[in-house]
Amino acid sequence: MNTPMGLLIDITKCVGCGECMRACADANGLPQEEAKQLSAEHYTVLQAYHNDEVFVRRMCMHCVDPTCVSACLVGAFSKTSQGAVLYDADKCIGCRYCMQACPFQVPRYEWSSLIPRVQKCRMCAERVANGGVTACTEACPTGATMFGVRDELIHEGRRRIQEAPEEYVDHIYGLTEAGGTSVMYLSGIPFEELGFPKDLPTEPIPQLSWRVLSQIPKYSVAATVLLMGIHWITARRVEVARFEAEEERLRLQEKIHERHGNNTGKGGESR
Amino acid sequence: MKKTTSGLAVWKILAGSFLLLGLVAAIDRYSRGLGATTNLSDTFPWGLWIGFDILVGVGLAAGGFIVAGTVHILNLERFKPILRPSILTAFLGYLLVIAGLMVDLGRPWAIWHALIYWNPRSVMFEVAWCVMLYTTVLALEFSPVVFERFKLRRAQRIIKSIAIPLVAVGVLLSTLHQSSLGSLFLIIPGRMNPLWYSNILPFLFIISCVAAGLSMIIFESYLSSRVFKKEIELPLLSDISRVIAVVLALYFTVRVQDLISRDALQLVFQPTYQSVLFLGEMLVGVVLPFFLLLSKRMRASKTGLFYSSLFVILGFVAHRINTAITSMEQWPNKVYVPSWQELAITIALVTAGFATFGIMARYFPVFATESPSNEKRKSLRFEQVVFETSPSDSAVPAIGKPE
Repeated sequence: MNTPMGLLIDITKCVGCGECMRACADANGLPQEEAKQLSAEHYTVLQAYHNDEVFVRRMCMHCVDPTCVSACLVGAFSKTSQGAVLYDADKCIGCRYCMQACPFQVPRYEWSSLIPRVQKCRMCAERVANGGVTACTEACPTGATMFGVRDELIHEGRRRIQEAPEEYVDHIYGLTEAGGTSVMYLSGIPFEELGFPKDLPTEPIPQLSWRVLSQIPKYSVAATVLLMGIHWITARRVEVARFEAEEERLRLQEKIHERHGNNTGKGGESR
Repeated sequence: MKKTTSGLAVWKILAGSFLLLGLVAAIDRYSRGLGATTNLSDTFPWGLWIGFDILVGVGLAAGGFIVAGTVHILNLERFKPILRPSILTAFLGYLLVIAGLMVDLGRPWAIWHALIYWNPRSVMFEVAWCVMLYTTVLALEFSPVVFERFKLRRAQRIIKSIAIPLVAVGVLLSTLHQSSLGSLFLIIPGRMNPLWYSNILPFLFIISCVAAGLSMIIFESYLSSRVFKKEIELPLLSDISRVIAVVLALYFTVRVQDLISRDALQLVFQPTYQSVLFLGEMLVGVVLPFFLLLSKRMRASKTGLFYSSLFVILGFVAHRINTAITSMEQWPNKVYVPSWQELAITIALVTAGFATFGIMARYFPVFATESPSNEKRKSLRFEQVVFETSPSDSAVPAIGKPE
């Protein structure tokens, strides 16, 4: 089973009960406690908007072409064929470029640890590999979180918007944001009012640096040729100048020889 | 004479206490972790150590590749007197960058992973390899100084035979590295203030490092001339300062054009915290030194050159810190202020740089061929230069004696 899976979170259906958070903590062996912000110990949290009537669940978006995967110099992040973005602490050197790079600012750090790791939602990779659904999906009593094949979730999202256009903003967040994400959202309120990063490019963000990085081989060859070429020309110029100076010196010496004869010639040589 | 020694003693005590404080902070950081000892957080994962120690450290080392390229690739031999000090500055700069990294990395013991786990899509991968390779190149470029000091003729000959390709590789790696530090930020368009984010960041980083690297040469020539009581290479430095002025003009033009093309110019005139910092960076660090250096009188005076270069360096530091820290402060709506440990370690690294430069310059032939007026010195055997002058005495008169 290698179909890219994903999550569709329907914000209009969420009642903010917090079952997803508790199930997530259980499944990942994290402490059971209320939190409003993602942290190394909270892979998903609910944030309340509009007088505590609208709840937005935050978690890793599991981008289709993840910025963190491209940013990590040692390749500690990987995107599985089933859609999850996973982190390997054994490779990590702790530069935290992933945290800086993530367009959704999801990766969190174990700041108090002496052997710190990056922490974030793993889309229950083991459960999904065994044909299951994520712990949060299983726990959701209202169906606000739906797990499935990403393409089918997009269809489902479009269907819901089409059937009740007055209830939904006509946009599936995550369809194209940052080149598309595996976790997508439906909402009744404009996404920018719910703290979703807006104006994200629709092309994968790794492209922004790849445009420069991909030029390095060409640049390196051209620059080396140019540098060695310049050296060749300037070195030749120095050589020619030296040769001419030497010739000039010899000519002067000869003149001195001619004028003063052999005895005094030596005196002229050692200036 | 007496007055200077006591002046130096004060500096030594100050440097010693900075180093000691840095050591205490480093021990604290390793025993209690990053969270307890820094003000870094999930919203501010990079702080002073990246913004200053790494970005500024590498940038100010740029003099090394510029002078090496000028002397060996362009064959402008008259710049030779400043070659060794520039290489030494660059080498020390890179060593300090690595030291800074060892403090900043969450898992410093795993730094060697960069050798075996490759991800060519990562700018950080390019950065890591440039640091590793260029530090090696700098070590080799500096090695003749050590070989000369210990009379290792064979090793000297070997290095000399590969000098040109070595310098070419050094120039290539430097341009890649300087630009890649700017490329690091390309990936975070949404988070950074448009005054600093730009898709030409790699280009801006290269231009500004040339101005800063060259200014660093003037800055340190001035300080060395005072500490070691040697003559300053005024005509050379004056020529360099012209290049700085041109580079500053280019930088200013490109920067303003970039702001216009991104429709961000009006941000400069809005009364925000960021616009004030931007204006400070540009006016004090670019416009002011440019106009100072336009004046012939400034270019011909030691102090004029020194202050102009100081402003360029300050502007450069401001640009790097603004890019890495200030420009991000709008996003999490959080202001980052470094902890005392972060400051202490940074100050200690800078102190270590100056102190090591001083020690190297005193015991190794860094300035051995410094002044054209001292041509005769070249014919002296080097041991005479080092051993027949006591460290406290100024080197120049003792060498002049055989005449």
